[in-house]
Amino acid sequence: MIIRNVIKRNSYYDSVNLMLLSSKLSPIPGVDKAAVMMGTDMNKSLMEESGLLMEEGRQATANDMIIAVSARDEEAIARVFEEVDNFIKNKDEKTGSLQEEAAHNLESALSMLPGANLAVISVPGQYAKYEAQKALRNGCHVFLFSDNVGLEEEIELKDFAIEKGLLMMGPDCGTAIINNRAIGFANVVPPGDIGLIAAAGTGLQEVTCLLSQNGFGISQALGTGGRDLKEPVNGRMMLQGFRALAADDNTKVIVLISKPPAQEIAEKVISEAEKVDKPVVICFLGQKIQTECSGVFIVDTLEEAAKKAMALEEKEGVQTGNALDTADIESIARTEIEKMSPEQKYLRGNFSGGTLCYEALLVCQEELGGIYSNSPLDPSLKLPDSSKSISHTCVDLGEDEFTRGRPHPMIEPALRKERILQEANDPETAVLLLDVVLGYGCHHDPAGVLSPSIIEAKEAAAAKGRYLSVVVSVCGTQLDPQNREDQIEKLEKAGAIVMASNAQAARLAALIAKKSREGRCCYEQN
Amino acid sequence: MNKINELFSQELKVINVGIESFYNSLIDQNVKVVNVNWKPPAGGNEKMLSILNKLNR
Repeated sequence: MIIRNVIKRNSYYDSVNLMLLSSKLSPIPGVDKAAVMMGTDMNKSLMEESGLLMEEGRQATANDMIIAVSARDEEAIARVFEEVDNFIKNKDEKTGSLQEEAAHNLESALSMLPGANLAVISVPGQYAKYEAQKALRNGCHVFLFSDNVGLEEEIELKDFAIEKGLLMMGPDCGTAIINNRAIGFANVVPPGDIGLIAAAGTGLQEVTCLLSQNGFGISQALGTGGRDLKEPVNGRMMLQGFRALAADDNTKVIVLISKPPAQEIAEKVISEAEKVDKPVVICFLGQKIQTECSGVFIVDTLEEAAKKAMALEEKEGVQTGNALDTADIESIARTEIEKMSPEQKYLRGNFSGGTLCYEALLVCQEELGGIYSNSPLDPSLKLPDSSKSISHTCVDLGEDEFTRGRPHPMIEPALRKERILQEANDPETAVLLLDVVLGYGCHHDPAGVLSPSIIEAKEAAAAKGRYLSVVVSVCGTQLDPQNREDQIEKLEKAGAIVMASNAQAARLAALIAKKSREGRCCYEQN
Repeated sequence: MNKINELFSQELKVINVGIESFYNSLIDQNVKVVNVNWKPPAGGNEKMLSILNKLNR
């Protein structure tokens, strides 16, 4: 195997671009491994771990691009460099006009755009505080997408923002909708009266989309970053955002969303919610909390959060679109199981959205008991090896172990194919549960990428005399660049059953897995 | 009115620092946005960055 490193000095490209490029290099025939990364210490250690870094690469700085490849022969190496050169050429041509209009730094951008009120920052973690602090000092609210920002830095930034009366969304904030504009990974939704704050990106996407699909609009949807409701951040930004929504005339109902917060922080948030004269829906997934207050509504799932908010918004009786009652879901499940072979009994979830995976775990455990995961509800159900499913499993492919040096599956859904086929080839898999997330930031056609994998998975199972059930939910709206209906059509053509919400998809998949086991028991008894 | 509620009633004007696709998404939505052609400060020298961070306080 030949290993080669080439350094392009003073050549900066963002991580999304480089990870998408890297994912195109590995499939080149003869290539063992390939990566293109900026020479930050973290990236260099990733390359070192995978045996790709050579002495030239070790000398690179955060300003230099490292192209590292391990391949069978010179021909494969030449093809990698050709691909990288084409990428650079295309990128430079495409961004030529952008560069001319671009500012060199935040200060010059501020002078080019007087009255700028929001900085969207997505630089590598070690530079995030430096840039965010500059933005806050200049009176800009901040949406900080960067991860790998220390807790102390997060607290310092949030305290500084609070002192200045500003929003500090993040670090690791993926989703916001401000003044009906999607920021980061977010969907196009109509304006309306429901305001949301979430420490859970795809949770915020799911609820805003369910509201939108049912004709309800959003006033604002703010993100806080996933650690906001943990100690020691103590809900700083959720409380800051909550007070603003409470004072906002255009917000009639407030929805708060998070994975389980620290108990005392949950209580603090509830006590704030009890003080306002607007109805507040609280969805702290997996957290058992209570309130005596008649204006505060605690719900267990994202779907229930959307339903409650809709009911409160003076359109009583509204159901989530295409809502099926239990009997309907059971009948679909029964039809699916009839086609299965006796050994098929497990549910296998394959998720790109972390909060969607979490909600699915909560819904499925009602029917199936404990579900294994790389991000489980109970630590005892943590997969010993995230790359292999055990029994019933839901895996979050957006977790760090899958995304270090690789694009997030919401950006590059092709990375889900391998796992989908792995599950299909397991004779005990009964049902595959998938999420498809749309909106700005996400891949332009995830259903187009996933559909061939679904077909291949079903064919692989069929070749062994099995029937693989595939249940999907599509988190998105008709107004999204990908168009939700078009995406659903592609998935249905591939043979997937598309449900109206993530919770419904999880409910159906769990029923299929449960009934397939029951069916198997009957079969064995007979 | 505090600055967050002011933001809710203003036209959104964004400075994008980092991932280019976030800039493109905002342009698609007709948001006024300026992109920063970002490069690591201090030439990527982490010691210099920690000094800049201290000066920045």
